[in-house]
Amino acid sequence: MYKIVKKEILAPNIFSMDILAPRVAASAKPGQFLIIIVDEKGERVPLTICDYNKDEGTVQIVVQAMGSSTKRLADMVEGDSLKDFVGPLGVPSEFVNEDIEELKKKKYLFVAGGVGTAPVYPQVRWLTERGVEVDVIMGAKNKELVILEDKMKSVATNLYVATDDGSYGFHGLVTNYIEELVENQGKEYDKCVAIGPMIMMKFTALTTKKLNIPTVVSLNPIMVDGTGMCGACRVTVGDETKFACVHGPEFDGHLVDFDEALKRQTQYKEEETELSEAYNHKTEEAGE
Amino acid sequence: MAKIDRFKRTPISNQDPVIRSTNFEEVCLGYTEEEAVKEAKRCLQCPNPTCVPGCPVAIDIPGFINHIANREFAEAAHVLADYTALPAVCGRVCPQEDQCEKVCILAKKGEAIAIGKLERFAADWARENGVEVGKTKPGNGHKVAIIGSGPSGVTCAGELAKEGYDVTIFEALHEPGGVLVYGIPEFRLPKEKVVKPEIENVKKLGVKIETNVIVGRTVTIDSLFEEGFEAIYVGSGAGLPIFMNIPGENLNGVFSANEFLTRNNLMKAFREDYETPIKVGKRVAVVGGGNVAMDAARTAKRLGADVYIVYRRTEAELPARLEEVHHAMEEGINFEFLTNPIEIIGNEKGWVKGIKCVRMELGEPDASGRRRPVEIKGSEFEFDVETVIMALGTSPNPLIASTTEGLQTNKRQGIIVDEGGHTTRDGVFAGGDAVTGSATVILAMGAGKDAAKTIDKYIKEKNS
Ligand SMILES: Cc1cc2nc3c(=O)[nH]c(=O)nc-3n(C[C@H](O)[C@H](O)[C@H](O)COP(=O)(O)OP(=O)(O)OC[C@H]3O[C@@H](n4cnc5c(N)ncnc54)[C@H](O)[C@@H]3O)c2cc1C
Ligand SMILES: Cc1cc2nc3c(=O)[nH]c(=O)nc-3n(C[C@H](O)[C@H](O)[C@H](O)COP(=O)(O)OP(=O)(O)OC[C@H]3O[C@@H](n4cnc5c(N)ncnc54)[C@H](O)[C@@H]3O)c2cc1C
Ligand code: SF4
Ligand code: SF4
Ligand code: FES
Repeated sequence: MYKIVKKEILAPNIFSMDILAPRVAASAKPGQFLIIIVDEKGERVPLTICDYNKDEGTVQIVVQAMGSSTKRLADMVEGDSLKDFVGPLGVPSEFVNEDIEELKKKKYLFVAGGVGTAPVYPQVRWLTERGVEVDVIMGAKNKELVILEDKMKSVATNLYVATDDGSYGFHGLVTNYIEELVENQGKEYDKCVAIGPMIMMKFTALTTKKLNIPTVVSLNPIMVDGTGMCGACRVTVGDETKFACVHGPEFDGHLVDFDEALKRQTQYKEEETELSEAYNHKTEEAGE
Repeated sequence: MAKIDRFKRTPISNQDPVIRSTNFEEVCLGYTEEEAVKEAKRCLQCPNPTCVPGCPVAIDIPGFINHIANREFAEAAHVLADYTALPAVCGRVCPQEDQCEKVCILAKKGEAIAIGKLERFAADWARENGVEVGKTKPGNGHKVAIIGSGPSGVTCAGELAKEGYDVTIFEALHEPGGVLVYGIPEFRLPKEKVVKPEIENVKKLGVKIETNVIVGRTVTIDSLFEEGFEAIYVGSGAGLPIFMNIPGENLNGVFSANEFLTRNNLMKAFREDYETPIKVGKRVAVVGGGNVAMDAARTAKRLGADVYIVYRRTEAELPARLEEVHHAMEEGINFEFLTNPIEIIGNEKGWVKGIKCVRMELGEPDASGRRRPVEIKGSEFEFDVETVIMALGTSPNPLIASTTEGLQTNKRQGIIVDEGGHTTRDGVFAGGDAVTGSATVILAMGAGKDAAKTIDKYIKEKNS
């Protein structure tokens, strides 16, 4: 069992948890993910590793309650334990293995959307700690859903916040902001990293392709085992089929077939909606 | 007393095909005591039994059968325990007709002894009657790590524990058992009733199992040596699904058999009370002809689909166990022999709506001696399906080899070992599907057992 040692609500429906898992904490690297199972009858849920503390043996996850598994997780409190917790999975971000001196010559732009902000933070910190310049654009639906702003501000060279409804920061989508920075403010970037909802990554990649900025995206297809055994996570990158859990989750955003990936993500929509509604119903009844 | 007909096998009862194709209960009900004794008495107790060399772990077949004939069921289980850690599993899933039973002397003139069914009977009887099997020597303090909890890893662990080693199994998934829990379905190999207790038996020998540890990611071979393990056995299986690389393979509704079976077996999608979703359309095509294809087809049938097995050779070449093929046919699975898919057709929303195939004929024999199927020009045809399951086999996962210096693999990703199971890296041993590619439970166990002997020798020599 894996104990929840700390829980924090970051925004409505978005929360972070520090979980005791020494073996995972000891080997985690930026860009990797893990899989949890909440309880006996739960699914295997993949989540990005947001942060880790080797000394304390803890790993941080940031989760948006979407369907029944993540809602059940949201209902857990400090001191509770998760049934299973396995990782780190996937390949670490490519910059982890790059030559530091080469890296320092580059200017990075991170584009974070929604809960995607959480995994962006440790990557930005990792780079800033090594003297690399990193600008960050954070996008959210509205002011309430902007998370981790202070933390991000403390590590980013420049932080730009955009909201869809204009309730905070720049009024518009992250893609509008990228164009604003590059085309109007004359910013130059050697590399873009986009992490967030699939649709945001698709349009970010289209924008950076136009602007000629090489772009890495972190894909979140449906997964089962996360070890390369089932093929549920297949994505087309270039002309090749890749398994996101072992070949990714990070890929060249300009080569990913996003339309296929978006369709594949909806495979269990009906079943999930049913389960999620059943769960809401159950908790409502319990609350009465 | 009725005279026994030496050449006729005692019939065994199965669940009725019509009923069983709607449930996940075990198909074969097993022998009763009376039936088992009757069948055991048919054995000639050959002084030079031809059956034994047919078994990859050389079980003393006449020995355990004689105990059954004498109603000494516990003793029969003790004999089995000397040779196999998983008799209730082997009795159910071994391709007996190609192994022990094929060379039983009675098969020359009539029907072979039902060795597998008797093995299952003795193992089930022992479990149901709480017979304790397996003795361990006192602890010797030497630590051995086993990677993977499939039949190969579990056997190697059990053998070493009996010799007094301090053994830990590291398993990537959340449940131990390998293919026995995620691949082979409940209706062939019940999990709670059969697999779990056999794994519990290995734990009773003192073996520790750490689940949720992926060697190559969570830990590495090198870090395990640093933790103080003196030898490491890699029994990580062959888990990577093979696809055909035909157009349409990434459409929604195309699954690997591994995904389909894992969702259903490991994640228990067939049970209402579990959360895992599973999709099965009204019509399902399963591509392939091995055990995996039969299992996927019969699972889809039980989930309510009309199922077609698409296989490019003929019935005679089907690599699946004979019993599974018979059972699948009885359950109403349709077979399209000499047929090969060339494209999967989708609708505008990205879901499968059909499969395009071509008819084949058998040409010249290939390297394996089987006649190679060749396409018949102009024979393309389409049929409507909503789900396609690819059951074309698996290859070993390269993760461990790629994260371990000095561990060499062959071109099919199998880890290279010598006769005793020693790899090209000192102190690292391997066996089972990780070495051979997909094979059988009993071969994986045999490899685990042989490697245990080599490991024992290796550690003793190193410390002498
Ligand atoms: C590599 C990776 C990293 C991820 N990182 C995070 C993260 O840091 N924080 C976070 O909140 N979410 C993350 N996700 C998404 C998260 O796994 C899903 O939101 C979660 O599985 C939904 O489960 P549910 O039962 O609550 O919702 P469901 O009702 O089952 O599904 C809600 C949504 O999640 C998608 N989904 C369902 N099952 C899976 C699955 N097994 N794998 C992937 N997506 C699925 C569905 O398509 C649907 O859009 C990540 C996904 C992947 C693959
Ligand atoms: C659907 C299906 C039906 C079959 N039917 C039959 C049958 O009827 N009869 C028969 O004899 N054979 C059958 N087989 C084949 C048989 O199951 C295998 O040959 C056998 O299980 C191989 O055993 P193994 O121990 O080598 O590997 P596996 O059973 O594959 O076990 C390997 C284990 O290692 C774990 N692992 C892998 N990588 C790592 C890692 N890096 N770190 C930690 N753990 C890891 C895996 O999760 C798995 O649990 C079938 C196979 C399938 C898929
Ligand atoms: S283990 Fe398999 S091959 Fe050996 S006797 Fe039993 S059924 Fe036959
Ligand atoms: S060969 Fe057949 S009859 Fe002879 S001992 Fe073996 S099982 Fe019995
Ligand atoms: S999640 Fe199963 S292969 Fe990637």
